[in-house]
Amino acid sequence: MSPLPPKKDYIGAMTPMPVKASCAISVRNLRVKYGEREILHGVNFDVPAGETMVILGGSGSGKSTLLRTLVGLERPSSGEIYIMGKEFANISEDERDELRKGIGMSFQSGALFGSMTVGENVALPLQEHTDLDPSTIEIMVRLKLDQVGLSGFENYMPAQLSGGMKKRAAIARALSMDPQVLFFDEPSAGLDPIIAAGIDELILKLKRAFKMSIVVVTHELASAFLIADRMIVLDKGVIVADATTDEMKNSTQPRVRQFLDRVPEPEVTGEIDYLQMLTGDIPPIRQ
Amino acid sequence: MAFTDSIGAATIDGLAYVGGLARLTGGAAKAVFISPFQGKRFHMSRAIHQAMAVGVEALPITSLISFFIGAILAVNAAYELRKFGALHLVASAVAVSMTRELGPLMTAVVVIGRSGSSFAAEIGTMKVNEEIDAMETMALEPISFLVAPKFLAMILMVPCLTAWADFMGVLGGGAFGLAAASFTWGSYIQATLEALIAHDILTGLLKAMFFGLVITAVGCQEGFSTGLGSEQVGRSTTSAVVKSIFAVVMVDLVSTTIFYLTAPR
Ligand SMILES: Nc1ncnc2c1ncn2[C@@H]1O[C@H](COP(=O)(O)OP(=O)(O)O)[C@@H](O)[C@H]1O
Ligand SMILES: [Mg+2]
Repeated sequence: MSPLPPKKDYIGAMTPMPVKASCAISVRNLRVKYGEREILHGVNFDVPAGETMVILGGSGSGKSTLLRTLVGLERPSSGEIYIMGKEFANISEDERDELRKGIGMSFQSGALFGSMTVGENVALPLQEHTDLDPSTIEIMVRLKLDQVGLSGFENYMPAQLSGGMKKRAAIARALSMDPQVLFFDEPSAGLDPIIAAGIDELILKLKRAFKMSIVVVTHELASAFLIADRMIVLDKGVIVADATTDEMKNSTQPRVRQFLDRVPEPEVTGEIDYLQMLTGDIPPIRQ
Repeated sequence: MAFTDSIGAATIDGLAYVGGLARLTGGAAKAVFISPFQGKRFHMSRAIHQAMAVGVEALPITSLISFFIGAILAVNAAYELRKFGALHLVASAVAVSMTRELGPLMTAVVVIGRSGSSFAAEIGTMKVNEEIDAMETMALEPISFLVAPKFLAMILMVPCLTAWADFMGVLGGGAFGLAAASFTWGSYIQATLEALIAHDILTGLLKAMFFGLVITAVGCQEGFSTGLGSEQVGRSTTSAVVKSIFAVVMVDLVSTTIFYLTAPR
């Protein structure tokens, strides 16, 4: 159980803020446990509507747990989550399913349904949640695949796609219900740098073209600075920095500078450890 | 103390497991029989697809196995009956044991091997690949989407397969009757029909329906409880087969006892 870091190491608000209606996501005092072990120790942050928030942090810092809680796959032990102004954490499964139609999630592995074609994967949410006729759905599927640069791949099985194409197909599926909020878990993990850059471009395009609010979990610094409007840094279940990308870039705080300039420092402890992990000194292990 | 503790813990685990099966079955039954009347969609095309896989594709192997089981029953019955010069009773012995017990049981074994294991493998793979999580974030209910179609297919197709297995078993017994006892096809079928009463056939088919139900529940539950990592899928599949066989035998024991107590005398 790590306490909040000393004030000087922390940029951004430390105390819970009131929930603003203009925020796509507001998280207040969020605590999440697996069994007896608490993973997130009271997390607070806001994602302004139409902006991209990147959650940085080393392996095991609780990034995936935070993302899974935001989309309702884990129940918090306490705290609140507001998505588009509506409480999301403490509601019934049916109410939650209603709100889920307005969000899209792209999983690290893609999580495409292996027994369905790419087209069927993208069509599924539309078939299940709308009364659109098959020909309309077909057109929408083509449109979504077009948006992610996968036109003509409707009839491929997921197993026939490369890693980057799987990611794109998964994004197309996440887009199928025209969500207002999109979540990405490690979008460029396991991809070569050129393919990963393509995914970054796509995320930028989605934000600009569709004014979507986007939350991305990543440990890739370069990618984070390219796509983020705001960043939070998570360490051992506590937010140690919450700032705009420019604030992070121009920060004069020694630790942030060290992190951004990738200065190795052998004797550091605490949050610098994860920063080194971010810079690639210690390869993060996926949980 | 430690011994009683571990018995207590095992009992609680067992009850929790059965509770999980009940929850899955209840959820699936609701999705099949109630939700469609509340305006929710039932995945009929998926159920038909499952019915083909569970039932139709299992016909050849079920036919073969039940034919031989029928013949084996006839041989075993003849071994005893000939001591009393009662070989003409072979037909009724085969008919009764096949319809009451071995038709449903052998069909269940085939279905466990083909379908119960594949349910666990399919759902387990989806679990490992985060597909189940993906479904939930898309507001799709895994129970109504994955389990309900299997549930409907199984409670319909396992009794159908069993009826066919009963028939093939009688043919297998007949083949022996013709070859080794002085039956003709006509007299064998005649003797079979005289021996069979509706109660035997119906209880067998009802039992088969329960078998279908528990095989679905165990297979799906093993799939959903698959841990992280693809090697866990193999573990789930194996354990689905073993636990299903055990569950089928338990259901068999209970239902046979109930049928015995309620049988017309
Ligand atoms: N399903 C789970 N059950 C128990 N502990 C878990 C589970 N998932 C993750 N954890 C633990 O929670 C901590 C945070 O994990 P995670 O959120 O995956 O971190 P990150 O994504 O930042 O690497 C880790 O110590 C991990 O072992
Ligand atoms: Mg992770």
